[in-house]
Amino acid sequence: MHFTEEHEALRKSIEGFVAKEINPHTEAWERECIFPAHELFKKMGDQGFLGITRDPEYGGMGLDFTYAVVMAEALGKCLAGGVAMAIGVHTDMCTPALANFGSDELKRNYLAPSIAGDMVGCVGISESGGGSDVAALRTTAVHDGDDYIINGEKMWITNGTQADWMCMLANTSDGKPHQNKSLIIVPMDAKGIHVEKKLEKMGMCASDTALIHFDNVRVPRKNLIGEMEGLGFMQQMAQFQDERIWGAANAASGLREALNLTIQYCRDRKTFGQPLIDNQFIHFKIAELSSEVESLRSLVYRTVDLQIERNDPFDMEVVRLASMAKFIAGRLSREVLDWCVQFHGGMGYVTETQINRMFRDCRLVSIGGGADEIMLGVIAKLEGYLPGKKKDA
Amino acid sequence: MGIGFPEAYGGVEADLFYGWVATEELCRAGSGGLMAGLLSHTIGAPPIANIGSDELKSRVLPGILSGEKISCLAITEPTGGSDVANLQTTARREGDHYIVNGAKTFITSGIRADYYTVAVRTGGEGIGGISLLLMEKDTPGFTKESIKKMGWWCSDTATLYFEDCKVPAHNLIGEENEGFMGIMLNFNSERVFLAGQALGLAKTCLHEATEWAKERQTFGKSLIHRQVIRHKLADMQMRILATEAFLEKTIWKVEEGLMPVTDVCLLKNQATQTLEFCAKEAVQILGGMGYSRGTKVERIYRETKVLSIGGGAEEIMKELAVKQMGL
Repeated sequence: MHFTEEHEALRKSIEGFVAKEINPHTEAWERECIFPAHELFKKMGDQGFLGITRDPEYGGMGLDFTYAVVMAEALGKCLAGGVAMAIGVHTDMCTPALANFGSDELKRNYLAPSIAGDMVGCVGISESGGGSDVAALRTTAVHDGDDYIINGEKMWITNGTQADWMCMLANTSDGKPHQNKSLIIVPMDAKGIHVEKKLEKMGMCASDTALIHFDNVRVPRKNLIGEMEGLGFMQQMAQFQDERIWGAANAASGLREALNLTIQYCRDRKTFGQPLIDNQFIHFKIAELSSEVESLRSLVYRTVDLQIERNDPFDMEVVRLASMAKFIAGRLSREVLDWCVQFHGGMGYVTETQINRMFRDCRLVSIGGGADEIMLGVIAKLEGYLPGKKKDA
Repeated sequence: MGIGFPEAYGGVEADLFYGWVATEELCRAGSGGLMAGLLSHTIGAPPIANIGSDELKSRVLPGILSGEKISCLAITEPTGGSDVANLQTTARREGDHYIVNGAKTFITSGIRADYYTVAVRTGGEGIGGISLLLMEKDTPGFTKESIKKMGWWCSDTATLYFEDCKVPAHNLIGEENEGFMGIMLNFNSERVFLAGQALGLAKTCLHEATEWAKERQTFGKSLIHRQVIRHKLADMQMRILATEAFLEKTIWKVEEGLMPVTDVCLLKNQATQTLEFCAKEAVQILGGMGYSRGTKVERIYRETKVLSIGGGAEEIMKELAVKQMGL
């Protein structure tokens, strides 16, 4: 992956936006456990940031995914991980399937206004009975004339209390679990949708997370993504790739920030007559972690290069590498932030410090967007050594 | 409240094993903050009991041990936490009083305590110039500020500021310039107590993760039937059993009066590493629920770091241990 002047210009302008429009509000948004998505997204839409890789026909910039990576990295400068995540959900987690497989009408109604920042999107896959276990989800969408009638619930929905639409994975038939699902765009003002509660979390506090209930919700059948039902599982697997690459790129950049903060702190902080950084254990440990962050970044770039080269959302080698990048991002986030807090000592334990917020935010990487264990299962499967289905133990 | 304190002042004379049993039972609630706040006197009051005058003991201990008064310990300063020998808060003798100036931070129960056991500099540099003073809550010139922390929410933590605070000379704990030994004696029992807390909370993590794994179904069977989950639980149990054995042996050595400093330092690290491991795995096993407020393991996860940083950071423990090993 090669960054051109155009990439750097985009990076600079997004970092400038983060510094001016996002970071000054961090404390307030974290305290309120929500950020004003419509207000912020409109400002971002005006700058063109919400459709970097999307078709200009719908208001996008039409750039390749390397530019999305630049944005994910620039958002690593957000002081609140929750805000970066909420933006990522909107640009690269709930929209890829709509952009890749949606009808022109659906894209005009939902993608274009989302790129403009007039609408906020969310993605509805997980349920309380199954998060990473996508095949086990129970929400149903049943035909009734030209409509679907949707019943069920969705859990862990980022942007869930503010979204205008949801890219929902639901069962549209009783068939095999991988062939009976469809992705449907659900307008969130439809009758029968109840946000049951805003979930309180360890970190990512500025981002709202919801448990949402669907009770006989009527949605037009033309809101189906793609031309036929039953492709939802595959479409979502493809959509997950962008999400995971985005997540890994964003995490790598955030980890670099965390190390920089820690280096600065260890230079300033003196104990037993010398700066902390002069302790061999500390500068060696930081050098070690820095090397690992750099290798994660390299894996992300290699994955993106291959994704662009293959240009196929179902390419399994890209899936394998993206799953590895997501897995390493999760593991490394935990390791790096744990050391950063340790080296900050008591200050690292104080909630209002930046390093403490990063520690709490980062823990999600190993759980959200497909837990570490799911990534390992995918990798084992693609490499051919995942055992087949057995009877229950 | 009185376990380990003299009966004459309302205590229950018992060895450290009893303290550990009490700690372990409290850990079932899954809140380290509860213990830290409820039991701040177990670090604040021992210097009074160990080196304080009879007059001081009979004046303050009964109220502390009956639960009517809250006692806390104030050693750490904004400029140096684990580096006790360099503390900067001064106490200048003027007639029947000491005049105290300086600041303390990360003080557990610092907002609501009645009695503060404060480490001050009464003499020259280094460990030979440190004394302990008992400061009372309404002393003029004494102000406090609350600190918000990642965990231990139900325990208050504060920064304390002393501006020309007048403390009666009879509130000196022990002899002038001999406070360092009082602090060191305390550190040993504090660290054993912290190790016991880490161990108890690790057990709670194992219990919560096991119960969840039995209930939670994914991909058609309960998590408990997954090999990786079973192995995680075995790894947790292994560390818990090793820590428990180490803790028992160390308590025995302390009770025998062997002053096992190396053991205590490394026990604290062993126990807090065990807790970090168990909390990390428990959060991972609980998945999204482990990240959500309201589960015990989410709370315990946020409480791990305070144990590997507070009461002597992990790195300080290692330095002390190797020094004691003659290296």
